[in-house]
Amino acid sequence: MNLQGQLISLGTLGNKEIQRVMRIWVQTLVPPAITMTLYFLIFGTLIGRRIGQMAGFDYMEYIAPGLILMSVITNSYGNVVSSFFSAKYNRHLEEMLVAPMPNWVIVVGHMVGGMVRGLLVGLVVTGIALFFTRLPVHNLFIAVSVIILTSAVFSLGGLINAIFARKFDDVSIIPSFVLAPLTYLGGVFYSVSLLPEFAQQLSLLNPILYMVNAFRFGVLGVSDINIWVAYLIILAFLGGLFTLSLVLIHRGVGIRD
Amino acid sequence: MHALAIRNLVKTYANGVRALDGIDLAVAEGDFFALLGPNGAGKTTAIGIVTSLVNKTSGQVEVFGHSLDTDLAAAKSCLGVVPQEINLNQFDQLDNIVANQAGFYGVPRSEARRRAQEVLEQMQLWDRRDDIARNLSGGMKRRLMIARALVHKPRLLILDEPTAGVDIEIRRSMWEFLREINEQGTTIILTTHYLEEAEKLCRHVGIIDHGKIVANDRMTSILMKLHREIFVLTTREPVVALPLFDEFDVTLLNENELQVEITRNQDLNGLFRMLSGAGISVISMRNKSNRLEEVFFRLTERGGEKQAVQPIAARAS
Repeated sequence: MNLQGQLISLGTLGNKEIQRVMRIWVQTLVPPAITMTLYFLIFGTLIGRRIGQMAGFDYMEYIAPGLILMSVITNSYGNVVSSFFSAKYNRHLEEMLVAPMPNWVIVVGHMVGGMVRGLLVGLVVTGIALFFTRLPVHNLFIAVSVIILTSAVFSLGGLINAIFARKFDDVSIIPSFVLAPLTYLGGVFYSVSLLPEFAQQLSLLNPILYMVNAFRFGVLGVSDINIWVAYLIILAFLGGLFTLSLVLIHRGVGIRD
Repeated sequence: MHALAIRNLVKTYANGVRALDGIDLAVAEGDFFALLGPNGAGKTTAIGIVTSLVNKTSGQVEVFGHSLDTDLAAAKSCLGVVPQEINLNQFDQLDNIVANQAGFYGVPRSEARRRAQEVLEQMQLWDRRDDIARNLSGGMKRRLMIARALVHKPRLLILDEPTAGVDIEIRRSMWEFLREINEQGTTIILTTHYLEEAEKLCRHVGIIDHGKIVANDRMTSILMKLHREIFVLTTREPVVALPLFDEFDVTLLNENELQVEITRNQDLNGLFRMLSGAGISVISMRNKSNRLEEVFFRLTERGGEKQAVQPIAARAS
């Protein structure tokens, strides 16, 4: 298949995945909007008022970037893991496996679907956040690039989860037992400088900490960690997970007998 | 050139089951080929390997000269596959399913839409194009899978049990359609449990059992290997007492039906001469069972019967 054919197959898969997000918008776009509204109401307005300021910002303003990124992470991951696993489970993944489209198209096509859903949800949550607080945007390039890269990283994470998943339970194990704790401990609701030294060092092992802080830097101009280290870590995860996805699909792990 | 060439193909699953034990198979371009075998014989595994859905353990597969090992994309471009199990996205619209499949083969969107209409019309599904796959009947889903397999105009179409669970009318129209596209140049490999279907449609037949090819020949040659055939004759008048026929093994099934076993060194003319001599008038005649079915059973069943057809197996190996 020549490059033009490969791009056509990528466009077809990407479009198919985006259509899926739009077709089931009540499942994909509405729930995060409701959840995040509750977060802003309870943590921001009710509890946040008593907390006061953090890193020189109102608590609501401080947590808003983290909440936006949290919804992007959850939805990018969730979209690909459910789309790819249901295609595998119902066997229509075979439509792609029998076709001459290269493996990178399968990976990128699904990643695009996850990113579109994640970023759309991010946009919706940003809109909701603006009802409750202000988002000054310290550096637009950093804010946008970090959110896009993070979305790509977790779309690939969802893809790898789906590749290994054998039953529906396997689809929810990683989000529940790995992703949620890492997100909540990733500095969404607090600055790691509030933690004891040992916990601060431990937090540095959490990749989500770097993403949340890099995005917060883009929006508010404050970060617990060096922004360039954050970029390095995000790009390393992106490269590593992309390569791993390609290898797994090439070997047929979880998708070919 | 062979549409499909398989050499010493072996598949051992992770649980140790050896599904294919070194099969060799060649299907000529333009052929209509039946791949038969009992459940679990290895047919679907072989098709899975050819269509890249199953990883092989060893051996070579070439599709129109393109090796799956070195030229996979070109091999895949030549192939269309209709799997045994329904593998449709149940919540997607018919026209999207088919047009997307064309897109996966690199067909531009406008052309993909045009081709989707063409194949859906051929499969009499165009009126249902806006419906989702889940709402189709079993027969319609099978036709949709055929439409999807044809949308990129494959040179080799592989159908794994395409008419399973399909009513007689649709089955016959599928046969007609498959004959038509075969005449237009598409090579077809078919697996089926309806041996009548294979006998009616296919020019060559391969029989696989326990992961080995036990027969591979022209359909006519395979059928010639039958050492005996059993016919049922219907008589015009009731037969009260059956005369003694020295040369033929004739039994009375009921007052209007006789069963006759004919071996390869006997002929039907002699039988009819004897029947006429006995004053028995025959108005119709049929095989007691499908001829291919007879060969199939003999080749695949265990025990003494298999010995009777050993020459076929020996020749194929």
